[in-house]
Amino acid sequence: MEKIVIKNLYKVFGAEPRKGVKLLEQGKSKEEIYEQTGLTVAVQGASFSVNKGEIFVVMGLSGSGKSTLVRMLNRLIEPTSGEVLVDGQNILNMNKDELVRFRRSKTSMVFQSFALMPHQTVLENAAFGLELDGMDKKQREERALDALKQVGLEGLEKAYPNELSGGMQQRVGLARGLAVDPDILLMDEAFSALDPLIKTEMQDELLKLQDRHERTINFISHDLDEALRIGDRIAIMQGGRVIQVGTPEEILQNPADDYVRAFFRGVDPTGVISAGDIARDSQPTVVWHTKAGSPRATLEMLSIKDREFAYVLDSEHRFLGVVSSDSLRDAVDQGNGASKLEHAFLTDAKSVQETDSLQDILPLVASHAWPIPVVNSESRYRGVVSKNLFLRTLNRAEKGTYFEQSAS
Amino acid sequence: MFSFDERVIPLDVWITNIVNWLVEGYRWFFQLIKWPVDFILSGVSDGLLATSPLLVIALFGAIAWRVSGLKLAIFTLLSLVLIGLLGFWSETMITLAMVFSSVVFCTLVGVPFGIWAGRSDRVNNVLRPILDAMQTTPAFVYLVPIVMLFSIGNTAGVLATIIFALPPLVRLTSLGIRQVHPELVEAALAFGATSSQVLLKVQIPLALPTIMAGLNQTIMMSLSMVVIAAMIGAGGLGAPVVLGLNTLDIGLATVGGLAIVLLAIILDRITQSMATKKNKDVK
Repeated sequence: MEKIVIKNLYKVFGAEPRKGVKLLEQGKSKEEIYEQTGLTVAVQGASFSVNKGEIFVVMGLSGSGKSTLVRMLNRLIEPTSGEVLVDGQNILNMNKDELVRFRRSKTSMVFQSFALMPHQTVLENAAFGLELDGMDKKQREERALDALKQVGLEGLEKAYPNELSGGMQQRVGLARGLAVDPDILLMDEAFSALDPLIKTEMQDELLKLQDRHERTINFISHDLDEALRIGDRIAIMQGGRVIQVGTPEEILQNPADDYVRAFFRGVDPTGVISAGDIARDSQPTVVWHTKAGSPRATLEMLSIKDREFAYVLDSEHRFLGVVSSDSLRDAVDQGNGASKLEHAFLTDAKSVQETDSLQDILPLVASHAWPIPVVNSESRYRGVVSKNLFLRTLNRAEKGTYFEQSAS
Repeated sequence: MFSFDERVIPLDVWITNIVNWLVEGYRWFFQLIKWPVDFILSGVSDGLLATSPLLVIALFGAIAWRVSGLKLAIFTLLSLVLIGLLGFWSETMITLAMVFSSVVFCTLVGVPFGIWAGRSDRVNNVLRPILDAMQTTPAFVYLVPIVMLFSIGNTAGVLATIIFALPPLVRLTSLGIRQVHPELVEAALAFGATSSQVLLKVQIPLALPTIMAGLNQTIMMSLSMVVIAAMIGAGGLGAPVVLGLNTLDIGLATVGGLAIVLLAIILDRITQSMATKKNKDVK
């Protein structure tokens, strides 16, 4: 069932936006119009529909108009022309009061910058939408608490946003969106400001929430992996136009044009894709290098999780070394209980920079048994690249090449 | 050769005529404006003068202790006792009442205008030159029309003070509103906030520290007008200074000035602590 339908939606910024639409319809390009009239075309002729209960990702690079597009779905930005139908009703015909009611009851929004109220506690922030709606304090705090529970923020109700990490702040943002129990959740680059570790965690959280309670989610992103990971369907935008809509598979296997294809493959994938692009933090076991962290405890943990290797980080997330169950066992045997974790470090375990290309890291990945740790310029741990992941990435890039050849 | 020897625009004549016309026809209107100012001013000064000085000193000490700490409380107590010992107690109370009344009216007028200017560029553009003029026009220029319209005395002094002390509050209120992150306003709108909800739940609470800084400025500027107000017959700490100047009594003028400085420091520290305290809360 279609929940949101947009038809031929335009947004032109400037003094006489309608003139811009007319020029576009006459076939003038965005650039020509800007030169002639100074008008900026943000979105041109966008049409698609979002089904009830799906995660619909709008993907594009910055300046592609995706943020403008999502703001037209609740009229934070007034469209220049076109239609936005929600449950069959054109929201562009709503007057002020109807629009306020629509925003309070049907939609909520999660922002890239979190946009939490700094003067309110976590609980007050989560209850913000309900407070605007005039719900009494006890009731709204109950519902806000429930929403905070859903995103795993129990016990932090009394904290202020600036006391929380970025990931936690965005959980509050998500709770604020969920508390009003909306049909539609608009997420504008909601996870883009988070570091990769937290980002994946939040994506999982969103998928989990979606399992429990299906909402229609319109998710804006510039990150291909994110789109593929969470999107039921994806729309790709370029220069204000929606150039392709489909499931991830459809788009992967049949890219509409070179622009779309460029998303899925580089000219030489091993030279273009960097270690940071593909590093995953979900698979490996991470141990923190604290005073308490002994080889024995780590060994125990590895055997419980049935893993061969663990990555040791300090409290600042800096990568220190790799230990294996063998090296740990040796350290335990030799040290008579007094040995430290660093005695078990594998001597030739090196990390790679996240900016290193796949070409650069290939020798390391191929010659070692363990997934290679990836760090950023401040030597903070970003994840690992395993052989398996490396090959899958190559395979995906290969496919892109294959389809390019078959299309031409 | 061209020169500007001849006066072409007789602006001075026009202004004189306008003021005369206002005084003749509309004095009743200005007396009406005067009434609420007079009401608050005389209420507060009568109240302060009727209260035992010890009680007033204790009250200020307690406020200082509450908003800042022991150090400021001790400074406040000592300063007020010193002012009393210098023989300027009643003048200080009148000045305090004048500052208080001018701040009350500055707030009543300045905060709404500041909010309006903060939310509308057009209003801001219109207000800016007016505020510039209010702040930079030498007080002596408007003292005479004020006396003509409002007669002399404490109330006229307060009105002159309001003209001078109002601009920073309007400016800083407007600035505070403008400094609120547009994303926060957008978030509030996205959750269905009406325009007044955006103002009351987002913009004003977040602008409050800046508004408080404006209030502090207004208090300071009100105090700096004390001497000038005394020239149009206002009482208070300005009076001994003006008298001292006229009679070349350097000692009297200096001691009056000292009392003003002490009062200024007390009021400044107290309001500043209030502002930063607010700041800490919202951070």
